[in-house]
Amino acid sequence: MTLVWPDAPGDSLTIRGARVIDPSSDLDGAFDVTIEDGIIIAIDPAAESARGLVLAPAFVDPHVHLRVPGREDEETIASGTAAAAAGGYCAILAMPNTDPVVDSAAVLGALIERAREDAVIPTGFMASISKGLEGQELTEMAELARLGAAAFTDDGHPVVSAGLMQRALQYSAVTGRLLALHEEEPTLSRDGQMHDGAVSAELGLAGWPSVAESVMIGRDCDLAAYEQRPLHIMHLSARESVTAVRAAQARGVAVSAEVSPHHLCLTDDTVRTLDTNRKMNPPLRSEDDRLALLDGLRDGTIACIATDHAPHARHEKDAPFEEAPFGVTGLETAFAAIYTHLVEPGELDLGLVLERMSAGPARIFGLPVPRIEVGESANLVLLDLDATWTVTEGGFASKSVNSWLLGETLTGTVVKTIADGRVVHAA
Amino acid sequence: MTETVHLRAAPELPGEPPPPAPSRRHLLGVSDLDRDDVERLLGTAASIARSLDREVKKLPALRGRLVVNLFYESSTRTLSSFDLAAKRLSADTMAVRSSGSSVDKGESLRDTSLTLGEYDPDVIVIRHPHIGAPQLVAAATRAHVVNAGDGKHQHPTQALLDLYTMREALGRLDGLHVAIVGDVLHSRVARSLIEALALVGARTTLVGPPTLVPRGIEHMGCEVSSEIETIGSADVVYVLRMQRERMLAGAAYVPSLREYAAEWGITAQRLRRGQLVMHPGPMNRGVEIDPQVADSDVSLITEQVRSGLVVRMAVLYDLLAGGPIDVARGLEVA
Repeated sequence: MTLVWPDAPGDSLTIRGARVIDPSSDLDGAFDVTIEDGIIIAIDPAAESARGLVLAPAFVDPHVHLRVPGREDEETIASGTAAAAAGGYCAILAMPNTDPVVDSAAVLGALIERAREDAVIPTGFMASISKGLEGQELTEMAELARLGAAAFTDDGHPVVSAGLMQRALQYSAVTGRLLALHEEEPTLSRDGQMHDGAVSAELGLAGWPSVAESVMIGRDCDLAAYEQRPLHIMHLSARESVTAVRAAQARGVAVSAEVSPHHLCLTDDTVRTLDTNRKMNPPLRSEDDRLALLDGLRDGTIACIATDHAPHARHEKDAPFEEAPFGVTGLETAFAAIYTHLVEPGELDLGLVLERMSAGPARIFGLPVPRIEVGESANLVLLDLDATWTVTEGGFASKSVNSWLLGETLTGTVVKTIADGRVVHAA
Repeated sequence: MTETVHLRAAPELPGEPPPPAPSRRHLLGVSDLDRDDVERLLGTAASIARSLDREVKKLPALRGRLVVNLFYESSTRTLSSFDLAAKRLSADTMAVRSSGSSVDKGESLRDTSLTLGEYDPDVIVIRHPHIGAPQLVAAATRAHVVNAGDGKHQHPTQALLDLYTMREALGRLDGLHVAIVGDVLHSRVARSLIEALALVGARTTLVGPPTLVPRGIEHMGCEVSSEIETIGSADVVYVLRMQRERMLAGAAYVPSLREYAAEWGITAQRLRRGQLVMHPGPMNRGVEIDPQVADSDVSLITEQVRSGLVVRMAVLYDLLAGGPIDVARGLEVA
């Protein structure tokens, strides 16, 4: 089983009067949803309550850095999954770029055992494509897959060698697991600190150009087509990348893609603040890129919103921009950020967002698709779209506070999260 | 006392407690200045320059004040210039360098700032290899912070001293045409100067190999060319240093320094009669600038060094005292 967490019986409860939206089941209306022992047993028409309560399939995040093993000061399985529960998630997948790297059965096995004790929601672990993320030798993928690796990725690093990428694709026929790729041509991105454009020119920061991402996507889609294997591209950031993925899909390549909330909401203009919580990899790009990402999300080229939740110690982020590490946290703010920045202003439809945060990622990674149907295990998020809240350092379940939203007031709170039949978060 | 409030308030970092009163003023970048600020600072510098012609050169304006020079990069002219500027205004000075200090032991900039802040310095002048370091010091201490160069970002006192030098030599700034030649990509001097020239109504053309002129920089309000002949219409040719220490091995911005010198080096043959040449130093003679040009009458390079002293005195004075500087009184007391 790919997703693990402690065994416990399911809960029984009824959620009354919320607007129930399940894009996968074409459901949108006021219902009372009754759960018994963790299973949805009744969905009955109801009078809609006055409050802006929405009940939707809980979210699935296939891109989370839990920092275990190695940086338990930044996040743990317990704190990271608690953050996910608070953000409305019923399942997450953790990245293997830890210390040591998740590249052996011993490390993966220890993580799975720990998650069976500590995870607040069902949690899966990806293993690395290459040993030590060094891009030289493949990990023992068959054994790792059998033990429960959810997918394979060298996230944080590209698979630089086209030859190794081809071997990994060929071998994925044995494991049946998806390869998830961080696309970055290192001789083009060099020591880039932000998007290569007018803002980097003005600030004097080394540029990480869009083309460093898209040329690798082009290469890997060609390899995937040649090997007739599926592929997943993580955290798209540029218009060129959306174009490359869309073109590959049009010619029948089984390539999927994800985008982060921060790439949907922000542009490189915000780096002028020199706030190190605006420093991510891939970098925030131009408004034109942001609009292309929104288009890709709407037309299905990008089927998944993933947070790339990347906790970092305060003292490491509290440094000059070039010295600070890449990445921001996102689990606890993803929905509210997107709702406030994109749904309320009319850039994205609420139903589309709910689908791209739940069924979209679940389908890509072969995880159970959260559905609001009688007989299904309850994987639900209850949202209050009338409530506002201010993002503060003290308000996080995560052990880290490197959020780009600190100080912002957002609309939309997670009132309750139910994961695999159990209430895991109640505000 | 005249109103001297300008310069940006300290940035509020999320989660930090609100900055304590009184309001602090900093010079973190040229964008902290408006045209009136530039006029006032250049005027103060000119008054100070006249005082330096006298026999006794020390002014009492900043007696009892502490200026800390916190330098994380090697520097000759900027450090000596700030140090002397503070001393000429009777301030106490203290230099802290990255080598031989706790920085060598891995102390973070924030912790170093907190430590130095306990001495209650009035001004911290900081040079650092990375952008944003001055903002971080400003947020961590109560001192006025002057950016003496942060990474490839800004070097505002260099831009002010260059404006001062140009105006002394040519009598005006408005309508001047300045060609900035060379490695713009790695140059904080260029970025500050482009902004400053735009502020005073001058026209700027950047000239250099496309590999060393970043894409999009024209949005700062300048023209861009890779043809060295475009310097012909400029009143001032501002030559940038080829910053070899900032070039990553194998990055190959130019095939060789020899080729750079042949294509973009400033020689007497490439200059038109009446054009003036500037360079922020230190020079690579024979690379970006021909030694004959550097040492000739058209060169303002030594004037730039003299301007640096008076402009930095003006900046320190403006931050801490403000108002018209009383040069005569200064001479009596010192």
